[in-house]
Formats: sequence, C-alpha cells, structure tokens
Amino acid sequence: MGKITVAQAMVKALQEEGVEYIFGIPGAAIYPFYDALYNSDIKHILVRNEQAAVHEASGYARSKDKVGVCVATSGPGATNLITGIATAYMDSVPIVAITGQVMSSLIGRDVFQEVDITGATAPFCKHNFLVKDPKKIVEIIKKAFYIASTGRKGPVLIDIPFDIQQQEIEYPQSISIDIKGYKPTIKGHPLQIKKAIDLIETAKKPLICAGGGVISSNASDNLKKLIEKHKIPLISTLMGIGSIPTDHPFYLGMIGSHGQKKANIALREAELLIVVGARLGDRALGDTKITEKMKIIHIDIDPAEIGKNVGTDVPIVGDAKYILGEILNRITEKDLCWAQEIIDENTNKSVSNIDYLRPFEVLKEISNIYKGEYIITTDVGQHQIWAAHNTLIKKPRTFISSGGLGTMGYGVPAAIGAKFANPDEEVIVITGDGSFQMLMQELATIKREMIPIKIVLFNNSRLGMVYEIQKKRCSSRFIATCLDGNPDFELLAKAYSLEYLKLDNKDKLSEAISIMKNSKKPFLLEVVTKPDEPTIT
Amino acid sequence: MKYTLSVLVENHPGVLSRVAGLFSRRGFNIDSLAVGVTDDPNISRMTIVVNGDDYIVEQVTKQLNKLIDVIKIKKLNPKEAVERELALIKVSANSQTRSEIIQITEIFRANIVDVSKETLTIEISGDEDKISAFMELVRQYGIKEVVQTGIIAIERGNKVITKNSKIEEDE
Ligand SMILES: Cc1ncc(C[n+]2csc(CCOP(=O)(O)OP(=O)(O)O)c2C)c(N)n1
Repeated sequence: MGKITVAQAMVKALQEEGVEYIFGIPGAAIYPFYDALYNSDIKHILVRNEQAAVHEASGYARSKDKVGVCVATSGPGATNLITGIATAYMDSVPIVAITGQVMSSLIGRDVFQEVDITGATAPFCKHNFLVKDPKKIVEIIKKAFYIASTGRKGPVLIDIPFDIQQQEIEYPQSISIDIKGYKPTIKGHPLQIKKAIDLIETAKKPLICAGGGVISSNASDNLKKLIEKHKIPLISTLMGIGSIPTDHPFYLGMIGSHGQKKANIALREAELLIVVGARLGDRALGDTKITEKMKIIHIDIDPAEIGKNVGTDVPIVGDAKYILGEILNRITEKDLCWAQEIIDENTNKSVSNIDYLRPFEVLKEISNIYKGEYIITTDVGQHQIWAAHNTLIKKPRTFISSGGLGTMGYGVPAAIGAKFANPDEEVIVITGDGSFQMLMQELATIKREMIPIKIVLFNNSRLGMVYEIQKKRCSSRFIATCLDGNPDFELLAKAYSLEYLKLDNKDKLSEAISIMKNSKKPFLLEVVTKPDEPTIT
Repeated sequence: MKYTLSVLVENHPGVLSRVAGLFSRRGFNIDSLAVGVTDDPNISRMTIVVNGDDYIVEQVTKQLNKLIDVIKIKKLNPKEAVERELALIKVSANSQTRSEIIQITEIFRANIVDVSKETLTIEISGDEDKISAFMELVRQYGIKEVVQTGIIAIERGNKVITKNSKIEEDE
C-alpha cells in the first residue's frame, strides 16, 4: 500500500472503529481532515455550535452503547467543546473529540486561533493526546477509542496540528494496544464477592441503589433477576433511571434532594445498602445521612469512587454486569420483601380538584399514550425532575439526562444524537424555556436533517428551578429568573419548519399528545405552566 | 501525617502538569514533588510527599492511578525507605565566622561548593530533619538563600518498584 495523508489515515481508522456519524463544525485548522471525510461513508452532521456537537455525540453514545465522535477546529471551536466534554466526563459517557490545532511549529506562540485545549480539558477528560508524530496517529485513535469505551467510560480528546494532518504516512498494518498505566479491572475479587453474598444473605433489610454504571455496563438484566430472586427493593440515582422498568413493583424511585419519598424512606430504613455503579454524590444523598449501623457494599469499575463519598464495608472493584451475575448465581431465593409496606404505600397524587394543567399530568399522559415506547432526553431544571419522577421508562438507555454537571441545553442536541443512533425510535425532549434557549439553534440541524424529534417545552416564563429557590430561601426576592423576552415559540417553530401545538389547559391534553405522537415531523409542543409549580409535587 | 508516594509515570510531556493539576483541583496538599527519569528512558519516577490523613492519601493514590500515564504507585513506609533531600544554602560569612561555619559543615558531612568574600555556599543532603537541624545552626550567621529539591526516596533492601514488579495490596 502506498502512502496516504494523516487526515486520510484518521478517517480510515475511524471507519475501522465503526464510526457512522461525526458531529462538528469545520475550520482552518481541521480542513485537511474534513477534506478526507469527503470520500468516506462516515456521515458528518453539521451543528450550529460545537457544544451541541459533543452533546449530540453524547446522546448517540448513551442511547446506542457506542463511542460518539465530535470534531471542532482549533481555538474557539475547541473551547466551545469544553462544556460538552465536562458534561460527558461527569456522566461517564464514551466520546472521542477531535480538535484541529495550529501548525506544530507555531504552538505556544499565541498565533491566530491557538488555544491549549489539552491543558484546558485535562481536568475533565479521561485522557487527551496532542499529536506530534504523524506516524502515531492510528495508534492514538485506537487508544482513544479503547480508553473512552472501557473501564469507567469517558471523553477522550485528540488535538492534531493541521500541518501534521497533511503529512504522508504508511498506514500501519496491525496495531495492538497496550497501555502500561491502564488496565481496568473487570472481574471483581472473588473473596469480596463472597463477603458481599454473605452480607446480603444475612441482611434483614437489604436495599440496592443503582447508578449510571448499571446502564453503561449493560447490567440491567442481571440486576432485575437479582432483585426478583432475593426480593430486594431498588432505588436509583438520576443516572440510574431505566436500570429496571420504573413501573417494576420493587422500584421505589429516585433518591436524593429531588428524590421520591418512597425511595428516601427506604434508604433511611435499610440495614444494608448495595451501591452499584453510583458514586452517591451530594445530590443523590440529599439530606439522608448514611448511618453508622448501615452496612455498605459498593460495586464500581472505578476504584476511586469507592470510599470517596461514603464509607464502605465491602468494596468490589469491577464490572457491574459481571459482579451482579456472580451474586445472582449464588444467592438464595427469598419469598418476602421487607419493604412491602413502603412499596404498597399509595403515593398516587390526587388529581381530582385541580383544574389547571399540571406538568406531572402531562408527563403521565405522555407515558400512557406512548406506553414507554420512546427515548426521552431532558434538559436541566424543574422539568428534569418532573420527568425523572413521572415518565414511564421501560428500558435502559431510554432516559438520557445531564446528571453530574447539570448542563442546561443538553436536551435537544442529546435527542438529535439519540435519533441518529435509533432512527426507528420515537425521541422526545423534555425541556424548559430557559434550557431550550441555550442551544435552540440546533433546530436548524433538525430541520436540515429532517429528523422527527418531538420537543415538549414547559414554558413557565421562568428559570423555574432557581425561581423556586428564590421564593423559598430569599423571601421571594426574585432576581434574574424571569424570562421576559422569550420568543413567540409558535413563530420560532414556523421558522424552523416544526409542527407546533400549544397546550394551556387540561381539556386537550390527550388529544395534543396523540397529535404529537402521530406526527411524522419534527414537533414542538409548548406546554404553558404556572411559574409557582413546585419541583417536588 | 506525611506520606511519601513513589510514582512511576510515562515520560511524556504534560504528565507533570496532569499530576500537579490533580492535586490543586482536588484540594490535596502536596509538600514536595521531585521528578526524574529512571534507567528506562520512557519512564520517570515522581516522589511525592503528601500531607493529610488516611482518607486523603487513599484518594490521592486512587485519583493518581486513574491518570492513564501513571503506571504504578507505592506508598513508602518511612521506616523501610531511605529518604534524601538536597539543599544548597548560601550563608553569610566573614573572617571571624568562617571557620565556625566550616566546622559545622564538616560535622554534618556537608560540602562547601562556593566561596566568596562574604558568603559560603554549602551543599547538604539527607533527610528533612538533618537539613533543618543544619539550617538552625547556621541561621545565626545569616542565611541569604536556600534552594531545596524535595524528597526522593527508595525502599530499603532488595524490594524494587519497577513497571514489571508486583505490588502487594497494602491494607
Ligand atoms: C448552563 C447552565 N447555566 C445555569 C444553570 C443553573 N440552573 C439550573 S436550573 C436553571 C433553570 C432552568 O430553567 P428552565 O430550563 O426554564 O427549566 P425549569 O426549571 O423552569 O423547568 C438554571 C438557570 C445550569 N444548570 N446550567
């Protein structure tokens, strides 16, 4: 084989990694790579802000269990990726981000559009590479995909000077990756697993808390079988939603400061907590203090998470699917669940004497009409919590939300990525008027690609979640939370060729949602709600 | 408590900044950090002295381990390791004090490496205590400048920390 350019080698390596889509925006420092894309079958999705490119790659990765890829040019293109990379890092989403860089001989001289993006992203990237040797490019790409998609998944960045993209190399025949400092542990330690089984068998009140790690390691089946076999109730973090169906009788809901009552009660009463793929961050624990007498088994692929936020009696480092499988195989069957009372407690909200439209009813109705047959992405705010509590989620990877960083603007681009990954699934965004406007220029991407995404926009003319804090904690001294100046969303929908409906009372609720469901086009459903609607109802 | 960590890393540019960044980002206190290449030119060794409790040291170790460029970390037990630091100390000296300073230097088995009319520069190596004891003694003459390397450490006996050596889990 003759020589090819580094840019061509990049495209070839990406194809070998099975990349179908790349989300990005070109520029001078990355044009050789774009030129090489011209003749490939990789489809490039042009976004309108690089932050959206990362979120789209993230929605793609999370819904499809594949690495998402995004590209930006040097300088401002690269810095626009930053929020998206940090978002992916906090939620352990496998992403490879490629950035152009200025000529290698000019690095460090503050030339036009130069920025130290590897330095800038080091704190919130799993790893990053600045390519200096053209011959290393294929190895670096393979390493990047390997690092992003194994162990605790996460974003990896490759920064490549544009002169290097133009150099010619021999495409390497075969490359085996061996990274001395990176050997993730998959199989948990057998002795620790045995200790865990002993603890679970003897515990009177065991409880499992599922986090995002259950979903990213595809451990849901094992988890479901385990809780059914040994009758263990389950709570989840926001990232763990979908690890088992939310209508499963043993599922008590999301825990934490914005959690469900049942879940928090169970957490208080449990004697043994089995944390699976969750880091029990501050939001997840909320006011619940883990007491001394509660024993904890912590299963995580990232050893650094174990013992970071809560003390642990039995730490198990490894893959959740594998470890749950081991426990499942060896645990005895039980026939009574200690939490039956909590499970049976009727927490159905009374709907009877409320005549105005309430967000939870809208979400319940969406769940009813769609029967959980969708992928939901959310933004950040009250609507996110409403969605976490009230939507029926039947399968893993169908509830996609920015949990760790809480990035407003995530919902629409994540939905775009999820739709490309799953063209046959219905993809619904649950967003707020504040979050939506952070990256709503992505409506252009939806329009051009003609992808029928459904957007449910809760319009309370407020930055609702912050407005609520000001009401409670600042004696209603409202500052900077009123969204005067919102656009006419109907006109906006028209501008981007979206179908549109406005819902402002209960009467047409089912009808509106059915119309949205039946539409084959991108759709904006504006739901007008009261600014005073509480987050937890 | 002070802990000494011996850390093997890939000898790449940017590794030092990743390690240092990790300390500041996570609010860990780092007393000293000394880096040098090992007998394998692809691998460097960092000796890091951390100040903190067990939780901090465990977190430092685990977070460092997450860095892809970090190959191996070992917490050194001070009793089973040789620790050394190098200091260059410039002391004021005149015709009356000069011989006293030279005497002290000899007692400490340190070396005079530079002489001027008004100063003596002394090179001293040893553990922290030795160096600080020496500094206390020469302080009376007037210390003009001090440069210190930070601790480097190696295990006593035949134990080694290399990329191929197995590290027994310390409980
Ligand atoms: C990028 C970003 N900026 C600011 C915040 C802080 N913040 C959290 S929720 C929120 C309000 C969200 O408003 P909206 O999207 O309208 O949703 P609502 O709470 O009204 O449902 C804000 C400003 C954030 N999470 N992300």
